[in-house]
Amino acid sequence: MFFPLYYNNVMVSILKRQNLNETVVRMTFLAPPIARHAQAGQFVILRVDESGERIPLTVAGFDRERGTVDVIFQTVGGTTMQLGAKNEGESIADLAGPLGNPTVLDGLKKVAVVGGGAGCAIALPVAKELFRRGADVTVIAGFRSRALVILEEDLRACSSRFLLATDDGSAGEKGNVCIPLKRLLEEETFDEVIAIGPLVMMKYVAETTRPYGVKTVASMDPIMIDGTGMCGCCRLTVGGKTKFACVDGPEFDAHLVDFDEAIRRSRIYTDFEARKREEHCRLLR
Amino acid sequence: MNNSPKKTPMAMQTPEARCRNFSEVALGYSPEEAVSEAQRCLNCKNHPCTEGCPVSVSIPAFISRVRERDFGGAYDVLSASTSLPAVCGRVCPQESQCEKFCVRGGKGEPVAIGRLERFVADAHAGRGSSPAPATNGHKVSVVGSGPAGLSCAGTLARMGYKVTVFEALHALGGVLVYGIPAFRLPKDIVAREIEELRALGVEFVTDAVIGRTYTVSELKEDFDAVFLGTGAGLPIFPGIKGENAKGVFSANEYLTRVNLMKAYEENSETPVFRGKQVAVVGGGNVAMDAARTARRLGGDVTVLYRRSEAELPARKEEIAHAKEEGVAFRWLTAPKEILTDAEENVTGVLCVRMELGAPDASGRCRPTEVEGSDHTVQADMVIFALGTSPNPLLKRTTEGLATGAHGEIVADGDGKTSLDKVYAGGDAVTGSATVILAMGAGKRAAEAIDRELREI
Repeated sequence: MFFPLYYNNVMVSILKRQNLNETVVRMTFLAPPIARHAQAGQFVILRVDESGERIPLTVAGFDRERGTVDVIFQTVGGTTMQLGAKNEGESIADLAGPLGNPTVLDGLKKVAVVGGGAGCAIALPVAKELFRRGADVTVIAGFRSRALVILEEDLRACSSRFLLATDDGSAGEKGNVCIPLKRLLEEETFDEVIAIGPLVMMKYVAETTRPYGVKTVASMDPIMIDGTGMCGCCRLTVGGKTKFACVDGPEFDAHLVDFDEAIRRSRIYTDFEARKREEHCRLLR
Repeated sequence: MNNSPKKTPMAMQTPEARCRNFSEVALGYSPEEAVSEAQRCLNCKNHPCTEGCPVSVSIPAFISRVRERDFGGAYDVLSASTSLPAVCGRVCPQESQCEKFCVRGGKGEPVAIGRLERFVADAHAGRGSSPAPATNGHKVSVVGSGPAGLSCAGTLARMGYKVTVFEALHALGGVLVYGIPAFRLPKDIVAREIEELRALGVEFVTDAVIGRTYTVSELKEDFDAVFLGTGAGLPIFPGIKGENAKGVFSANEYLTRVNLMKAYEENSETPVFRGKQVAVVGGGNVAMDAARTARRLGGDVTVLYRRSEAELPARKEEIAHAKEEGVAFRWLTAPKEILTDAEENVTGVLCVRMELGAPDASGRCRPTEVEGSDHTVQADMVIFALGTSPNPLLKRTTEGLATGAHGEIVADGDGKTSLDKVYAGGDAVTGSATVILAMGAGKRAAEAIDRELREI
């Protein structure tokens, strides 16, 4: 397919939209320059409409030939609900990227990729790329319950070993991802553990691997505005130093990240977000 | 001739009224006021004022036309030298540039050059633009749509170059839209200046992060030259305890939320933290912008500055306006620690008194801590306006682009970088400076690009 080199979309088309579970949506955008440069681990910033907020979403997949970029998101806030209400053939105002540093996968032979909830969507391209490179990939995917399980087949297809855990035991083994992870660490070792999911999950994955001395990487997803290193909103403390997730990350050594601070900072606008969520619920009803 | 020792006053919103809105503070001259002020200009033969202007506007020439009520002619004189007259008339630090050298300033106040420039640019609005010049066949890409980029683009477009500007954000204008508040520079003014450039044939591509969406080497393949005007980068934090607590922000983040994302509007999708007692740390224009914005969002605001009032680097007018609006200042005060409650909400700033020693390399007196002078300033929100360090993105993604000790792009007086046919200018090269200095750098680079491409 031919695309003009400098693709000045006034609007960005939604080519495909698919519900992965009740609240998680996969969306495919036409964004040729982003597709051409995207690598696993990077993110995009989007705005739904002309008065929308800018939110970061990790690239969940891309097709350089077709010029498409996929994101997978959970409809948890005002903006993601607005986005989730869009259909195929509609468009959004802005999509910028790919931003952040790509995941460093060089030299990794044996890796455990640990995904939690919607984070599994972000874990997928990382697992896929590792698997393509011939690494031994163990995927541990955790969800609250069977109804929320997403991408099971996709993750299974790009892993040498796939372990599923749910909090209530309705699918796979009962409990959180740290239980199978700890069991594996008792018996074998990994070049690296890559954790992608809620902050609390990544914090406990880091605590689980720490005693075994296995290098562990967390994919951080803080609040952002510009996403290009201008505002400092996404800062976090790593090894006692202030870092900017957008240009220094988004992936960091999980054993050095101050997760408690990151969790507090993620809640700065909780009240505002709750209000917006209600407004959008009313609008969309 | 107008012999008044004082500038013709300009109408302003009262401090009481403007504290509650984001409309422009200064309301501009009427034609009569402008003509009267223009009559104060002595039309000096050697025009020292022009020497003080980073883009060398022919100041007496445009003021003469105002005196003759030829406002269109005055605009033509301005636009021969500056791509953004409506912006410069509002945000330039005239007191340390053109007006500093005005002969009238020897006895009384200098001619109000900034106000007249603003008047001429505003009077031109809606008059339609001059047609795009015939193209010379060369294509140049400009990275960043801030003052440096727009100035470079405008200068090149007027010479007949086909210019494409790439902007990382969704909106055009760089710091003019995300940084400088609407009460100082209304956003429709910026949009108007950009429309002027579009009329000259300049194309704009938004949501294009150079280094990521496209690389510099891709631009080099498709364009005859590249200008990098990516602006200043990461906000500097002081490295003190508590600086990542809830309620601590960089001025860049705070201003971006309010200006670019319009978080001050009732129904905005973007939240902004509304502090009741706000401490702003710093003394530049950005600190003043943050302080006055926080005031408008309902806060009691105190600026903490580690030197004294005499050293304050902000524009005089902004300092005066901030004071009128009720912003308090604590001189010779530096933060040592951000104090928080158990949930890491800000409760105050532990400060120390400073005293001034001998002047340092920058010529300003070096502040040193006074032993045992710790004291607490109450606050539920802290905004740091301590400047920025260069953005690492281009450096990391552009092989062979030389950068300095702090990561700034290395460029010579013409803006030439270590890469062939790649130029740079503005804050990306100098670190945080002013709109007009960035415009000057953009203009100089445009002229150097023109020289290089014509010699091919």
